[in-house]
Amino acid sequence: MSSASEQSRRFQAARKLAGVIGVPAVAIAAAFAAGAVFILAIGESPVSVYGRLFSGTFGNFYGLGQVLFKATPLIFTGLSVALAFKAGLFNIGAEGQLYIGTFAVAWVGFTLSGLPGVLLVPLCVLAGAAGGALWGAVPGYLKSRFGAHEVINTIMLNFVAIALTGYFVTHVYFVPETVHTQRIAAQAQIPRLEQFWPVFKGSPVNVSLFLALGIAVAVYFFLWRTRFGFELRALGLNPAAAEYGGISVGAGTVLAMTLSGALAGLVGVDFVMGYKYYYEGGFSSGLGFMGIAVALLGRNHPLGVVLAAFLFGALSYGGLVINAVVPKELVEILQGIVILVVIAGTNVFGQLAASFKRGRPG
Amino acid sequence: MSPPPKSGTDSPSIPFLKMEGISKQFALVKANDCANLDVNRGEIHALVGENGAGKSTLMRILYGLYRADSGRMYLDGDPVELRSPADAISLGIGMVHQHFMLVPPLSVTENVVLGSEPLRAGVVLDLKGAAERVKELSETFALAVDPDARVEELSVGAQQRVEIVKILFRGARLLILDEPTAVLTPQETESLFVILRRLKEQGKTIIFITHKLSEVMEISDSVTVMRHGKVVGDLKTAETNTEELATLMVGRKVLLEVEKGAPARGETVLELKDVHALGASKVPTLRGISLRVCSGEILGVAGVQGNGQTELVEVITGLRKPSSGSLRLLERDITGLSPREMLKLGVAHIPEDRLKRGLVPAFTVSENLILGSHFRPPFAGRLWLRREDIFENARSVLRRFDVRPQAPALPARSLSGGNQQKLIVGRELSRDPKLLVASQPTRGVDIGAIEFIHRNLIAQRDRGCAVLLVSADLSEILSLSDRIAVIYEGRIVGTVDSTQADEKKLGMMMMTGVLAKEDGNGAGES
Ligand SMILES: Nc1ncnc2c1ncn2[C@@H]1O[C@H](COP(=O)(O)OP(=O)(O)OP(=O)(O)O)[C@@H](O)[C@H]1O
Ligand SMILES: [Mg+2]
Repeated sequence: MSSASEQSRRFQAARKLAGVIGVPAVAIAAAFAAGAVFILAIGESPVSVYGRLFSGTFGNFYGLGQVLFKATPLIFTGLSVALAFKAGLFNIGAEGQLYIGTFAVAWVGFTLSGLPGVLLVPLCVLAGAAGGALWGAVPGYLKSRFGAHEVINTIMLNFVAIALTGYFVTHVYFVPETVHTQRIAAQAQIPRLEQFWPVFKGSPVNVSLFLALGIAVAVYFFLWRTRFGFELRALGLNPAAAEYGGISVGAGTVLAMTLSGALAGLVGVDFVMGYKYYYEGGFSSGLGFMGIAVALLGRNHPLGVVLAAFLFGALSYGGLVINAVVPKELVEILQGIVILVVIAGTNVFGQLAASFKRGRPG
Repeated sequence: MSPPPKSGTDSPSIPFLKMEGISKQFALVKANDCANLDVNRGEIHALVGENGAGKSTLMRILYGLYRADSGRMYLDGDPVELRSPADAISLGIGMVHQHFMLVPPLSVTENVVLGSEPLRAGVVLDLKGAAERVKELSETFALAVDPDARVEELSVGAQQRVEIVKILFRGARLLILDEPTAVLTPQETESLFVILRRLKEQGKTIIFITHKLSEVMEISDSVTVMRHGKVVGDLKTAETNTEELATLMVGRKVLLEVEKGAPARGETVLELKDVHALGASKVPTLRGISLRVCSGEILGVAGVQGNGQTELVEVITGLRKPSSGSLRLLERDITGLSPREMLKLGVAHIPEDRLKRGLVPAFTVSENLILGSHFRPPFAGRLWLRREDIFENARSVLRRFDVRPQAPALPARSLSGGNQQKLIVGRELSRDPKLLVASQPTRGVDIGAIEFIHRNLIAQRDRGCAVLLVSADLSEILSLSDRIAVIYEGRIVGTVDSTQADEKKLGMMMMTGVLAKEDGNGAGES
C-alpha cells in the first residue's frame, strides 16, 4: 500500500517534470528544425552550420564566456518578468526599469567616487535595484490605486525612461563627442572572470553572473518559502481567494512591481560595473523585452529562467559565430521561432498534455 | 469480469445506456472500480454517493473527458468508444458540469453556438437562425431563457438553463447533470424539476447527480448508489426510501436530524447597527441591517437568495466596505476594517463560493489550509513560512475532517467538489474562531459530511463561539439555529426563536417581508 502510493507519487513527480520540460524542449527542437529548412534554402548544410554554432559557443572557454556574458542581463530581466507573472502582473516595463537602474548605478559610481570600494560597490548595486524599483513601483501604484492597467503604463514608462536617460547622457552627464557618461570610480568596478580563470580571456563575463545566479536562488526562496511569496502567488492564481485570505490586492501589486523593477535594475551591475564602466545611451536594445521570452520559456520558474537565459545567450552569441556562413538573422529567426512555439505551446501543448493525462491512468 | 453476452438478442428491453466494468485509476485513488450503470430510455436516473465516490469521474468518462482504464459502454445496445466530448456530442450525449463553462460577456445565443457555430451558405455565422432555435428550444422545454441576454447578467439558475439549452442545441438525447441543484435556491430547484419533467416527456434521458435524497425521491425513476468507486446499489425509486439510500451510501445509519442541547448564550460578540452597503452593481443592497450574535448561539439568516445575504457576509468579514452604519466585535468598533484585521480578531468565514473565494485551486492542499493564517505563527515567522508546521497542520486537519485523499501535497483542484468543501470547513473551524460566519456550509457535501459539519458547527457554538449561519436551505437553518433572522430587501424584518419557527411561517416572512405578529420578539434589532 505505502509502496504503491510511493511509487505512484514518484510516477506523478516524473510526469510533472516531463510536463515542465516538455514544452520548452519541443519549442527548441521545432526552432532548430525550422532553422534547418532556412539553412537548406540558402544552400548551406544544417549539420555544419549547427556544428559551428555549437562548437563556437560551448566548444571553447572563450565562447562559453561570451555566452555567459550575454546570459547575465537576461537572467535579471527574465527573473523580473517571471516574478511579476507569478503575481498575475504582466511587466512589459523591464526595459525602462533597467535603463533607470543602470543609469543610477553609473551616477552613484562616478558621483560618490570618494568612497572606498567596500561602500561604493554595495551602494552602486543598491542604486541599480532602487532605480528599477522606483520605475516598477509607479505602475504598480497606478494599478492598485486607480485600476490603470500595468501593460499600458509600463509601456509608457519605457518611453519616459529611455528619453530621460537619453537626455541625461546627451545633455548633462556626458563625455564630449560620445554618448556615454564619465567612468565610474575604479574601486566600483567589479572583476571579470578572466582575472580568476584566464581561460575566459577576452570575454567580458564578470562576477555579476554570480550575483544573477544568487538572485535567482533568492527569488526561488522568496516565492516558495516566505509569507510574502505565498501572498504574491495566491494573488496571481486567484485574487478573490487571496483577498478572502487577508491578502491586500493593492499592497501585493505594488510589492510585486517594485521587486520586479528592482530585478530589472540590476542589469546595470553587469553593464556598468562589470563591462563598460560607464553608462551608454541606448545600450540595452531590448534586453527587457527578451526577458519576457526568457520568463515564458523558463515557465516563470527561477531555475527555468536561468536555463532559458543561457539558451538565449547562446543563440545571441552564436549568431555572431556563424555570421561568416549564414546571415546572423538566421539566429534571430531561431529565437523568434522558439518564442512563438513556447507561446503557442503553453496552450496547445498544455492541452495536448492534459488530454494525454486524461487518457492514461495516473 | 467476463465479457457481456451480446445484448439485443436475449433481452427485449436493452437499456439505452449501459456502462460495464468501468475502472479509472488516478495517482492516489481508484476513482472508479469496475462500476456498472444501466440507464433506461426516457427515465430520470439519479446517481448518488459520498464525496469522492467517483460520480463525476464516471460521468466524465461517459462524456469523453476521461478515458477509462478498462470497461465498455453501449448506447442502444451498440458498443461505443468515446475519445473526446466531440464524440459524445455526436452520439447525443450532453453534460452540464458542476462548475459552469460559459463565457460571461457573450450573449446567450453566442454561448449556445460556441463550438458548434451554425453557418449560412457555408461561411456566414447564422446567429439569427440560432437565436430562433434557442427561442424554440426555450419554449418547448419551458426554459425561459432570453437569447439576447448577456450571460454575466443572468442568475445562477438562468445560467444553468443556458447550459441546458446549449446541449439541447447540439441534439442531446442523454443529458448528464452534475449536482445541478447544489447552487440553486429551493425555488430555482423547483423550476429545474419542472424542466426535467418536460424533457422526460419529450423522450430525453437524464442522469442527475445530487446529494439531496429528498430530490432523488421527488424527481427520479431509478437510483444508482456509488461508494468508493464501486456501484453498491441499483434501485427503483418507488421501491426505496431515504434511510435505505443513506445507509447504502455511507455504509452506516446516518442521523438525518441533528441533536443539540439548549444554547448557553453569553455576551454579545457581533453587533451591526443600521448598516448600509452597495452591492456588486453599485446599487444599495444592504439598507439598514441591525443584528446581534451572542457567544454560544447560532443565529440563522433566512431569506430568498439575493436579498443581501452575500453583501451581509462580505461586510462582516471585511471584504466589502459599509457605506454607513457601525459594526462592533466584542465591544470593539470594527467598521471598515480589512479582511486581515478581521482574521486577526478571530473571525472565520466559510464562503458561499468555494472555487471563487475559498480556495486557490492550483495551490496544494496544505497551502490552502494556511490561507488566512499564512502570515502568523505557527505557520510563519516574520518572513519565512514554517514548512514542518504547515505540513503537520495539513495532516491533522485532513484527518480530523476526513478529507479524502489525505494527501497534503495534492493540488486542491484535484479533490472532488465535496472534499474541497470539507477542506475549507476544516480550515475555518480549526482557527478556533470567536465568530464564525458560515455561508452555505454544506453546499455540495454528502449526507455523512453534512451530519459531520452540522455537529461541528454545534460544537463550535458549545465552545462559546458565536455562529452566523447563512443558508439557502431552510431545513438546515431550522435544525441548526437557535434564533432565526429573516432578511428581506437588505433589512432584517424579524427575528424568531427557532423553537417557535417552522418552514411555513419563515417562508411567508421571506416572501413578503412581513413578520407574523404573534411570534416575533421585535423586528430589526433584537
Ligand atoms: N483529475 C484528478 N486527478 C487526481 N485525482 C482525481 C482527479 N479527479 C478526481 N480525482 C479523485 O477521484 C476521486 C473521485 O472523484 P469524483 O470527482 O469522481 O467524486 P464525486 O463522486 O463526484 O464526489 P463529489 O460528490 O464530492 O463531487 C476523488 O478521490 C478525487 O480526489
Ligand atoms: Mg462530483
